[in-house]
Amino acid sequence: MEIFAELGWLPRAPNDFSDQIKALRKLDGGSADSLRALAAHALDADQLLKLVRLLDKARNYGQPLAGLTPFRLGLIANSTIDFIIPAIVGTGLRYGLAIECVTGPFGQTMQAALDADSAVNAARCDAVLLALDHHSYAIGSTPGDADHAQTAIDSALTQLDAMTGGLRPHCPTLIVQSVPPPADTLLGSFDAVLAGSDLNQIAALNQALALRCADGSLHLLDVAALAARVGLGAWHDPIAWNMAKQPFAHHLIPFYADALCRLIAAIRGKSRKVLVLDLDNTLWAGVIGDDGMAGINLAQGDATGEAHLALQRYALALRECGVVLAVSSKNTDEVARQVFREHPDMLLREAHLAVFQANWDDKASNLKAIAQSLNVGLDALVFVDDNPAERALVRQKLPQVAVPELPDDPAWYVRTIAAASYFEAAGFADEDLRRASFYADNARRVELQAASGDIDDYLRSLGMTIRFAPFDAAGRARIAQLINKSNQFNLTTRRYSEAEVAALADDDAVMTLQVRLEDMFGDNGMISVVICRTRGTDWEIDTWLMSCRVLGRRVEQVVLDQLAALARARGARRLIGIYRPSGRNTIVADHYAKLGFRLDSEDTDGGQTWTLPIEEAGAGAAAALFAAVIAEGFGAGEHADEP
Amino acid sequence: MPMSHEEIYAGLNGVFDDVFEYEGALGPGTTSDDVEGWDSIGHVRMILAAERKFGVRFQPSEVTGFENLGDLVAAISAKLG
Repeated sequence: MEIFAELGWLPRAPNDFSDQIKALRKLDGGSADSLRALAAHALDADQLLKLVRLLDKARNYGQPLAGLTPFRLGLIANSTIDFIIPAIVGTGLRYGLAIECVTGPFGQTMQAALDADSAVNAARCDAVLLALDHHSYAIGSTPGDADHAQTAIDSALTQLDAMTGGLRPHCPTLIVQSVPPPADTLLGSFDAVLAGSDLNQIAALNQALALRCADGSLHLLDVAALAARVGLGAWHDPIAWNMAKQPFAHHLIPFYADALCRLIAAIRGKSRKVLVLDLDNTLWAGVIGDDGMAGINLAQGDATGEAHLALQRYALALRECGVVLAVSSKNTDEVARQVFREHPDMLLREAHLAVFQANWDDKASNLKAIAQSLNVGLDALVFVDDNPAERALVRQKLPQVAVPELPDDPAWYVRTIAAASYFEAAGFADEDLRRASFYADNARRVELQAASGDIDDYLRSLGMTIRFAPFDAAGRARIAQLINKSNQFNLTTRRYSEAEVAALADDDAVMTLQVRLEDMFGDNGMISVVICRTRGTDWEIDTWLMSCRVLGRRVEQVVLDQLAALARARGARRLIGIYRPSGRNTIVADHYAKLGFRLDSEDTDGGQTWTLPIEEAGAGAAAALFAAVIAEGFGAGEHADEP
Repeated sequence: MPMSHEEIYAGLNGVFDDVFEYEGALGPGTTSDDVEGWDSIGHVRMILAAERKFGVRFQPSEVTGFENLGDLVAAISAKLG
């Protein structure tokens, strides 16, 4: 995927985008929230146009578009902007703006700026964009003639100053564009050496434009940089220019519109301020709770390690610009902090973080708590997490939070986050430099102030299918791997070799379970393992472990339902739960209590025995959150009860 | 891959729905007068969408030469082989 041109940081448009538009059209355009939700996807120019028609309809029907900031944008351009205008308006919704565009007659840029009664000046715009390119500035074609080139640039700047002077009494905010260099060379690399070449003239003009913006009286939309990012060859499209006088390739319109709207949002003070980072498989490769300090990878010199280090480096560079950093991770606090304190390869340290949040609550509640503790709105947060299910939960529960889509390969994390330019600035003050340190409070821990409420509807929307089977040869290697690797969600931390796993599977006095989970994001593979030893009518749970990746999905309850159904079918009377503290499994210290077991006894090492009479282990309500609960291979007449 | 004219019209129904939100019938005689929004800008939009839909590219001279939908369908059909 082209990260820039295809807005790779945004979720893809839903397959039924057109149907959703039609459904909203029947509702007279729909609400501001529904328009914003659609605009939050990567949309092409046609889809943006549809969204704008919907917005027009909502306006015409007088829908209260509360939550959208009205914004009147004047456009003065020397090229065709008819294709671009709907894209700007549609993209504005992504940034909470209800943009209305005002333009003048084609080609009459000077009149539009200088005439006090021109449409743009009469409209009292919130901002005016001067979308001018090298055709307008009449520069170029003076190779080797430095004096003539300087005269051309001076006259281009005089023209620009006249235009901004004409606009300023009528409009508080003016935006100018830098000019992309040409894609076509005359003398090859020597273009850069030769005084007066197109390349050098445009470079000099861009430098002068940037200087005029330095005092804050003008804002710069750096179109030259946008063009460079996608490639000048892709940007300059001769057919688009010849046919429609369109200044750049049609397929880049959404990319241009996003950059413009993001700048407008920044001018309105709507830039993001806080970067919230997940830990496992985001800041490093691996899971600290399972893999330990020696097992996680963030090594200099290792391709995967370097990718994660690059993200840390990028976060630190943002911090230098005043972005506040925070951590939100499903982890045990001390375990996660140890990495920041002791791992020699870490670039990020606790002192860089305003909030350090490692717990087992859902991320939506956690992000709320972070926003409250920093005293910023949710719309100030950017949340970076490698786990698509966490991203989807936050997008659904807290649509105000920006959540970049991340590609599978961590090498592209920085490119993707940077392409979104969440921290677009309209200015830069000393205060920005100091902001991050204001907040740095030695990575304070934030307690939840309010739970985000019922997340059952979210779990239901995941379409989870859970599959139970006894141990078998096909699963043996993965079962042994989980048994020997899992540390956190592991009740007894008993390790068994592959041969022992095979023996357990053949032992009639032992009941085994391997559990797999699929959801809308794909197959999570084997995520839980249970081993029960039968002692008369007691079933003792020798081993119960689970991947922390699926924590909070109610998997434990459904596993218990399954276990109880099997035990009941085989005449068992009680389930016996064992908890053996290992120093790394505090997360499951209250596992059996939560599931309704009663504490039976406790030994001096902190080991606990819990019991649950089989008649009290009813089919729980959790099964209703799953699309399907499937048990296979337990033998005829021994299937689990249907949920 | 060659397509029948019926298949091309079926594809153009989707294009016209996408670009103009037009769900009426399309035929060889359909012109810009019949479809709201089919002005010079809408024409370029529609041509670009059709290029994507059918995987073809038009020369600028072709684009301005279409008198009605029948001309466009004939041109698409010729390009598809």
